Amino acid sequence: MSRREPISTGPDWTFELLEQYDQEIARIAKEKFKLDTYANQIEVIRSDQMMDAYASVGMPVSYNHWTYGKKFVSTEKNYSRGRMGLAYEIVINSDPCIAYLMEENSMTMQALVIAHACYGHNSFFKGNYLFRTWTDAEAIIDYLVFAKKYIADCEERHGVDAVESLLDSCHALMNYGVDRYKRPLPISAEAERARQKEREHYIQTHLNDLWRTIPDTAKQIDEPQRKTFPEDPQENILYFVEKNAPHLESWQREVVRIVRKMAQYFYPQRQTQVMNEGWATFWHYTILNEMYDEGLVNDAFMLEFLTSHTNVVAQPEYDSPYYSGINPYALGFAMMTDIRRICENPTDEDKRWFPDIAGSDWLETLHYAMKNYRDESFIEQYLSPTVIRQFRFFALEDNEYKSTIDVTAIHDDEGYRRVREVLSQQYNLSSNEPDIQVYNVNIRGDRSLTLRHYQHNDRPLNEETDEVLKHMRRLWGYDVRLESFGDNHQAKVFEA
Amino acid sequence: MPYIIDRRLNSKNKNTVNRQRFLRRYRKQIKKAVSEAIGKRSITDMDRGEDVSIPREDVNEPVFGHGPGGRRDFVLTGNKEFVTGDRIQRPPPQGGGGAGEGEASDSGEGDDDFVFQISQEEFLEFMFEDLALPNMVKRQLADSSEFKLARAGFSEVGSPSQLNVVRSLRSAHARKIALGGKKRRRRKELRLELEGFVEPLTEAEESRKKVILDEIDVLSRKINAIPYIDEFDLKYNLTVKLPQPSPKAVMFCLMDVSGSMTEEIKDTAKRFFFLLYLFLKRNYEKIELVFIRHHNTASEVNEHDFFYSRETGGTVVSSALTLMDEIIQERYSPSQWNIYAAQASDGDNWQGDTEKCVELLTEKVLPCVQHYSYIEIGKRPPQELWYSYKEIQGGIFKDRFDLKAVQDNTQIYPVFRQLFERGVS
Repeated sequence: MSRREPISTGPDWTFELLEQYDQEIARIAKEKFKLDTYANQIEVIRSDQMMDAYASVGMPVSYNHWTYGKKFVSTEKNYSRGRMGLAYEIVINSDPCIAYLMEENSMTMQALVIAHACYGHNSFFKGNYLFRTWTDAEAIIDYLVFAKKYIADCEERHGVDAVESLLDSCHALMNYGVDRYKRPLPISAEAERARQKEREHYIQTHLNDLWRTIPDTAKQIDEPQRKTFPEDPQENILYFVEKNAPHLESWQREVVRIVRKMAQYFYPQRQTQVMNEGWATFWHYTILNEMYDEGLVNDAFMLEFLTSHTNVVAQPEYDSPYYSGINPYALGFAMMTDIRRICENPTDEDKRWFPDIAGSDWLETLHYAMKNYRDESFIEQYLSPTVIRQFRFFALEDNEYKSTIDVTAIHDDEGYRRVREVLSQQYNLSSNEPDIQVYNVNIRGDRSLTLRHYQHNDRPLNEETDEVLKHMRRLWGYDVRLESFGDNHQAKVFEA
Repeated sequence: MPYIIDRRLNSKNKNTVNRQRFLRRYRKQIKKAVSEAIGKRSITDMDRGEDVSIPREDVNEPVFGHGPGGRRDFVLTGNKEFVTGDRIQRPPPQGGGGAGEGEASDSGEGDDDFVFQISQEEFLEFMFEDLALPNMVKRQLADSSEFKLARAGFSEVGSPSQLNVVRSLRSAHARKIALGGKKRRRRKELRLELEGFVEPLTEAEESRKKVILDEIDVLSRKINAIPYIDEFDLKYNLTVKLPQPSPKAVMFCLMDVSGSMTEEIKDTAKRFFFLLYLFLKRNYEKIELVFIRHHNTASEVNEHDFFYSRETGGTVVSSALTLMDEIIQERYSPSQWNIYAAQASDGDNWQGDTEKCVELLTEKVLPCVQHYSYIEIGKRPPQELWYSYKEIQGGIFKDRFDLKAVQDNTQIYPVFRQLFERGVS
């Protein structure tokens, strides 16, 4: 291919340049690398607006709550003290996919961000199975607008304090407001509004029946011994509260639902950090290099880009003062790059470990991996000995019954599998979060609710449990118990 | 096609509400931080924001999570010396260095307080919260110098520059409809009739047609003669002048500068004056300051001299009160001004002068002022002045006279609060 003139040479960006870069990046991404994306909406913002976006977890609209104010003041403080830089971009899983670019960025950074967010993340949102099943990119903005308005209306009608404390309680249980296995039905925001009224009415009547105190003689004779309620343990605690809490008013149920929906929306993101960032990083790297090869950008551009890229994928070692866990950008990028390498230049070791993909078409393989995995399974499937050696991973076991922490595997032939397994589990949300489910409600008696915690590897609950239970009690309206079961013995009971 | 939007011009502070919610929730802590800050700050920088720190656990939002204990496998990067089977001494429980924080949540870790900054405005807001100026009733309305123009509907008269075009044309339109309505209706009838004729026409029809055409002609002329716009239609925007309540206040600072007043005492007094000034500034648009210092004679001085120039001599408090009275008579008519006075002293006074002070206060000064506060600074037991003033406080002016004893800088703010606490009057 003949080398073309660079699009621009200076560090300053203009709207025309943004558009030109975007066109080239889009061309390369779509034609050459088959990235399928939602339409892009690029928004240029100031740094204080970026802080706003930070505070509301990247959402363009969000209901008001003090916790966002808390995030905002702490971001503001850290930023003004120079203790943290702001991200160059924020991207929202919506259709069109909204990406925020900071005005302070240089042209190079804007190009990097466009490639990273508008084509990397965007195609991930559109392609990955978790996002496809759990989120509805088309409806999310509408839903957020609905939620904001609804909560503002509630505040007006029932007072800020009532709404605030309810939201506090819901937030405490937010991680338990997701369906982990059941598939949701996608629903548009307009339908949501219409259905909300209907739901209000239905739930109230339905509930009354559950909590009926006047005996229904005809029925009771036929009714066999009542089983536990719910019949099966329920993993989605907020859903259970929304549908069954005896004394919540209908607006309160709707608020619970809003928090639950938000949790569900963010659930895929929490499960695909490594993949999502790795994918986006891999593509900004690949696309910008491609642009360089075509002559669209010059050396100065590449140097600035590479400096920034290197910072993004830096992985401090465990004993470094900068160590704060495994950098998802670094791991994701290394794995994506490694998959390409395995496809293009497999070594004997790769052929032994990955007979299926060694030598296959790298683009196809990478797309397949992006679409069908989440962090846990992606690592389990694709983490190669090469990457393990590159990061010099080593696995440890911390057992409270032993006086030492044991090294169980390192980056050697005997250790690869173990390291990979442990690392993969490290990204498994269901083993990271305590497994707590609604176990029983004493409907004939004091209406108390029992939650059950099944300990994983005998790991107990943290100190905040009592506080969370108080929130649970506030939502449920009656006593709440939490039984925490160890591997072999019944452990603690918490009550609120 | 991408869609590039410039959002930079959008309003900032999207999170103002959330921020307010946050401040509202932690009001108590912030208030405490503010009053501590006031104690520590130098007098010249009361007027800025402040870092507030709240214990981390107070702002923590609890979630279910794993506590320490049980068995946990994890992976770290950057192995240098370890081989499989190595046993590593457990690091001390808190913090744990780098070991194993890979996936543990970082909340609950570290005892750092949650620190954030409140703005100057918020600082003052918290500083003067729940405080009210006593007797802030006298608002000068008669002072005609300040007016605000306000819309007050429409008028038939006015200057051309105030012409309201839309209203005028609307009224012209209505007039035209009203005046021409009957004629228009008649013309319409005639036109309909005209359309009813079918060719060829009989003679009678022919003549009828002519009559009709003539009448239509006349009607049309009359309709067109209705003026497009008339004097009568013109409407003007009406604005009225509303007298602006322009609360003016004057604050008298009285201080003893006799030999017994040390620098330290003066500094404390300065803080008190400053707080009062800031507070008044929030309540009145216009504020004037009068500094009167006295030893055995009183003089009006500028701010710098008031606080910094050194004088020695005896102490005759009444001299200051006399001067204040004169200044009020001369420049600050009580009917026009809200008068506040603050007196700071170490309590010393010339023997026999105290009675005169009480007399001056009750007869001349107190009837004019909104509030008079006296603070006695120093670690000594209350002096003569205190006891006499105490009696005034029990008298008929108790609603506008207050006295408090202050020992050092840190007490200034609490005392100030006590003086101006929003009472249940």
